[in-house]
Amino acid sequence: MTGSIDVRAAEPRLEYVLRLADNALVLGQRLGEWCGKGPALEEEMALVNFALDLVGQARMLLSYAAELEGAGHSEDDLAFLRDGMDFRNLLLVELPNRDFAFTIVRQCLFDLYQCGLYEELQRSGDSRLAEIAAKASKESRYHLQHSAGWFVRLGDGTAESHQRVQAALDRIWRYTGELFETDDVETALVAEGIAADPAVLRSEWDNQLDRILREATITRPADDGMASGGRHGRHTEHLGYMLAEMQFLQRAYPGASW
Amino acid sequence: MYTQGLDQQGSQDNTEHANADREREAAFQARIDGEEKIEPRDWMPEAYRKTLVRQISQHAHSEIVGMLPEGNWISRAPTLKRKLILMAKVQDEAGHGLYLYSAAETLGTSRADMVDQLLDGRAKYSSIFNYPTLTWADVGAIGWLVDGAAIMNQIPLCRCSYGPYARAMVRVCREESFHQRQGYELMLALCRGNDEQKRMAQDALNRWWWPSLMMFGPSDNESRHTAQSMAWKIKRFSNDELRQKFVDTTVPQAEYLGLEVPDPDLAFDEESGHYRFGAIDWEEFFAVLKGNGPCNRERIEARRSAHEEGRWVRDAARAYARKQAKRAAAQAA
Ligand SMILES: [Fe+2]
Ligand SMILES: [Fe+2]
Repeated sequence: MTGSIDVRAAEPRLEYVLRLADNALVLGQRLGEWCGKGPALEEEMALVNFALDLVGQARMLLSYAAELEGAGHSEDDLAFLRDGMDFRNLLLVELPNRDFAFTIVRQCLFDLYQCGLYEELQRSGDSRLAEIAAKASKESRYHLQHSAGWFVRLGDGTAESHQRVQAALDRIWRYTGELFETDDVETALVAEGIAADPAVLRSEWDNQLDRILREATITRPADDGMASGGRHGRHTEHLGYMLAEMQFLQRAYPGASW
Repeated sequence: MYTQGLDQQGSQDNTEHANADREREAAFQARIDGEEKIEPRDWMPEAYRKTLVRQISQHAHSEIVGMLPEGNWISRAPTLKRKLILMAKVQDEAGHGLYLYSAAETLGTSRADMVDQLLDGRAKYSSIFNYPTLTWADVGAIGWLVDGAAIMNQIPLCRCSYGPYARAMVRVCREESFHQRQGYELMLALCRGNDEQKRMAQDALNRWWWPSLMMFGPSDNESRHTAQSMAWKIKRFSNDELRQKFVDTTVPQAEYLGLEVPDPDLAFDEESGHYRFGAIDWEEFFAVLKGNGPCNRERIEARRSAHEEGRWVRDAARAYARKQAKRAAAQAA
């Protein structure tokens, strides 16, 4: 395998599976960056455990995507040989970690989303997706328990931690609109009973988030200037650097096995 | 604790005091000679306690600092499976650190104090982690050689006279041998790969071989702690014995990989059944120990900055816990 894999014109189901896979892979990669940097050993281990879960989910999803694609690619080909324009992850997950507050706020927003999404996908008409969703759902619930716990602890902790969490949420908020966007691909799959309906996910996400915000004494930002584009391969500048690092060995030594 | 209480009384006759101490020490040594385990509540000589705290905390720090060189490659692991294996390994090392800090805490030193000692440079950690990981092959070399050497050192510690340390080592050793196999398997994949991968593997062995031999510590006649630690059964084999065992086990593994051990004096001695190896550069060892290895500053800086940057998080967690306790108390009233 040399050069980059072009999967831009994917059929809907493959497209959808890649979206799920890339969210898991990119956030897993980000969380792995916490190794050696956590505020306490226990917290660092928790974040790297989430990274383990997410990269594990990415493997299952990418293997399935490779089967759907039917072009003889492997999970690793899809992870390491696609360019940024072929990654379909939400912008939210590619943003750099910044501080622990930012990481926790992002994680909590994403976990809430994943919990709703995978809860629904367990009933997907696609049995492979339903199977993967069962595992991912369990993991997401566990992640949410942890991230929501820290969201509240930091929000209602000291003046400094409160200010950091509020600042993180303010900064991140414009990347949350994209979570519930829909397009022809998803609309068609929802109609077939394969994908989860973003409109359904939204209200539950809102309700649960409001509960957490209240407990954390944090104010919900206004929906203003929302960003978009991740699903269609239009990313922030951050993704390119992440991929350059992540894909380095596969790109530098084409065709080698590791 | 008990000995301290006695020391402070000061009213006792000195010779009586000394006699009592001698008797207690004799009884203590008899228990050790009888292969009994010493437990946290048992009486023990202060020097035994101090030696153990030093050794166990040093061991714990090594696990934690040791996460850094390998963690350096998590973001660049070449396959998703390798990324998972590496992250899980580094997580294991963190677990070992926690486990060992708890074992040391049974001797009356808090984890916070031990961490402070690491951060301000009073406490040491294994010098091997002051070497850099320059290529992906270094991840394999560390698993194979460094975890391999750690196992040689630690298997006898499963029978250490101090119960909590011995028990911690049983679990730790199980995981270290898993790491060693994974590291070797990584090297094997490289050695069966293309020329560039083989070059990476050979380069990693060249850089990690001698530092791995140094992991066993100075030669027996130069090691300050060996004799007393042997008598206390904290140590069961001398540094040189363990080093020899490591060389005997590892050289055939290198041969199987098709790699060359970077030692022109290395030769199998039919008569003794051991490999004879060249002189170790102890000047390098002591230079690294003194702080002048390639990465000493970077490693400590990394630990310090994680600690500093995490301060507000730990403060927040404490503040929140206090608030919660207050709320619970108000509700109960
Ligand atoms: Fe370890
Ligand atoms: Fe290990």
